[in-house]
Amino acid sequence: MLYLDNSATTRPLDEVVDAIVEVMKVHYGNPSSLYRLGMEAEQLLNQSRTVIAQSLGVRPEWVVFTSGGTESNNLAIKGTAYSYRSRGKHLITTEIEHASVYECFRQLEEEGFRVTYLKPDSSGAVSVKAVEKALTPDTILVSIMHVNNETGVIQPIREIGEMLKNHPRILFHVDAVQSVGKIPLVPEGWGIDLLSVSAHKLHGPKGVGLLLKREGLKLRPLLAGGGQEFGIRSGTENVPLIVGMAKALRIAMERRAEHMDKLYALRDALIARLRDIPGIRLNGVQERGKVAPHIINFSIPGLKSEVVVHALEQHGIYVSAGSACSSGDEKPSRVLLAMGLSEAEASSAIRVSLSPQLTEADMDRFIQALETVIKTLKPATKKGEIG
Amino acid sequence: MKVDDVLLRFGELTLKGKNRRMFEDKALEQVKRVLKSFPQVEIEKTYDRIYVRLNGAPFQAVADQLKKVFGLASFSPVIRCTLSLDEIRRAALETIQNMEPRPRTFKVKVKRAYKAYEHTSLELNHLIGGYVLKNVPGLKVDVHHPEAELMVEIRKEGAFVYSEVIEAPGGFPVGSSGKAMLMLSGGIDSPVAGWLAMKRGVEIEAVHFHSFPYTSERAQQKVIDLTRKLAEYGGTIRLHMVPFTDIQIRLNQSKRNHLLITLMRRAMVRISEKLAEQNGALAIITGDSLGQVASQTLASINVIGRVTHMPILRPLIAMDKQEIIELAERIETYPISILPYEDCCTLFVPKTPSTNPNLGIVERIERGIPELESLIEQAVLNTETMDITPEEVAAETSHLF
Repeated sequence: MLYLDNSATTRPLDEVVDAIVEVMKVHYGNPSSLYRLGMEAEQLLNQSRTVIAQSLGVRPEWVVFTSGGTESNNLAIKGTAYSYRSRGKHLITTEIEHASVYECFRQLEEEGFRVTYLKPDSSGAVSVKAVEKALTPDTILVSIMHVNNETGVIQPIREIGEMLKNHPRILFHVDAVQSVGKIPLVPEGWGIDLLSVSAHKLHGPKGVGLLLKREGLKLRPLLAGGGQEFGIRSGTENVPLIVGMAKALRIAMERRAEHMDKLYALRDALIARLRDIPGIRLNGVQERGKVAPHIINFSIPGLKSEVVVHALEQHGIYVSAGSACSSGDEKPSRVLLAMGLSEAEASSAIRVSLSPQLTEADMDRFIQALETVIKTLKPATKKGEIG
Repeated sequence: MKVDDVLLRFGELTLKGKNRRMFEDKALEQVKRVLKSFPQVEIEKTYDRIYVRLNGAPFQAVADQLKKVFGLASFSPVIRCTLSLDEIRRAALETIQNMEPRPRTFKVKVKRAYKAYEHTSLELNHLIGGYVLKNVPGLKVDVHHPEAELMVEIRKEGAFVYSEVIEAPGGFPVGSSGKAMLMLSGGIDSPVAGWLAMKRGVEIEAVHFHSFPYTSERAQQKVIDLTRKLAEYGGTIRLHMVPFTDIQIRLNQSKRNHLLITLMRRAMVRISEKLAEQNGALAIITGDSLGQVASQTLASINVIGRVTHMPILRPLIAMDKQEIIELAERIETYPISILPYEDCCTLFVPKTPSTNPNLGIVERIERGIPELESLIEQAVLNTETMDITPEEVAAETSHLF
């Protein structure tokens, strides 16, 4: 098996699984309980918060534990909108956000908020200028992802954050689910107020994530309850998974630089081979530093994504059609269409996403399988749209 | 700006004549301690100056640590360069440009220890000052009251340029004024009292009274965390955890509800005195602030204080609550102190504690409890002692992370 869908999810590290199991078996107390078992659980929670804060270069008070990226995004966006609606009702985001961001804004539109959806250029990135031009006196929130989950294209978060420092009343949320542990990120230094992270994208467990929240910021909670997590996120804390996330995140951050070099080398090797295959179109910018090291998106116009995914599966290779989260969807990718791809290009997109455990031999194996698949499927397509 | 060195200035202790060397050594010990996590830094002592050579350590992080050294009055980030005039000028310009807020007036002060240098001090004044003036629009020279003094030291091994002066806490290095026993409750005041005593050079040990199971283990953890915060300013602190439940219950049985706090405080002082004597401490420190609560009226302070001959230091005695809170926030004990766990003083608290206890009555009640003495001995005997380091000790669960 060759797993090339690491942007959908990753395999948890063995030591992460071991830590989770130990916490489940031994430290099963409720962190809010008064006795020692509860206190131990609370200490694990505090240790996790400290480890995570150190890894991300923020103070522990910034860390709010959630159930994952989707909840973090919902909490950041709706929490801000509802808490600051008296300040203004205009929100800014992009057309290429993950569904858990995009659909939040759709809902808020129904509730009377005005939303500007910025369009990316053909490289797949939005520009700082476009963000600046969209600002109005009524704007309360800018929400932009760091790395696009389908194309891997890096958005100019640092520059946008710098620009927004001149607008201290506008909050800045970054969906960093695909970027944490992959590329450089300085939440506080870049003027980011809210930042979403998911554990299972960085070899941690599913069902847990976090939202970084600058001190002093108000967020209306999504859930009513016991007031855990500074009153922002009620519900008994998922101590085992939080500990697992802390470990996975620490490891990811410690090895980030080394992994980034390795992944870029793999990526460069892969796109060089892809360029040699006739009929393949690479989507988005391919330059190091402008695209994340672990995501490659290409189209084979004429071959529907789903067919290629299944054909590769027969070779024991797992890739994705666009993003895993929308794979049940028949419609072509909203993200790729926004970048100016045609329907045919967008509906034949394949996403390959890497992990640092892969080798160049794995890349060769993928290319060989892909060539075979294209050759086999080509006669079935009309009028030889390929090659 | 790339800072190469940090110039240290030891404040008050220079006033101390012949003791100066001892104080300076103690302060330097503290400097070394707070910079332990930067193995690359070196301390360089010249005939009249002490530098921290950063060797690549981040200045900001080093500066944050230096602000925790008592005895250090101020320090300055220094750019070190060769004796080339061009380099000195560039370093001077960079120094001024990096000052926050940007000064409007300045003057150059050249110290030319290396007498063979090609330019005289006066020449250098003009050569450097002129260059900076030309490159910083709006900047003027003011030789009498400049907002910034641009210091340039010419030494054989190179030039040292600095201007910014960053305040450090001042006071005396911890340990230069002997040892005292801090009564640490877990509230807002006592850690501040401890910090102020440390600032005057006192090495502290802390004593905490707990009433488990009436108070939770979390309350004890809070005290450990507070002690650890204080330890950042002077190194490891010994913490004595005294089991106070039995004494408290016995005192409560005397049914003199409005005097309970007075009786409890007297018992605590007696235990603190014993622990102080055992550990070579010469005084007791409390967080009393005159009139703040019933036990801190002058009458109460009198009756409580009479129980010992040992001096009781009360660094907060004349401070307002707001001033104390501001200081607690500055030294970062405040967020720990306001955690909601009960301490033993909030247990069995009478609705109307006496603000004017009578010494005779209090002593009579105590005489009516013949076992009080042995209960106090027991408490001292069963005291748990731990050494709290500034760094969090690796917990048993650290392998999980």
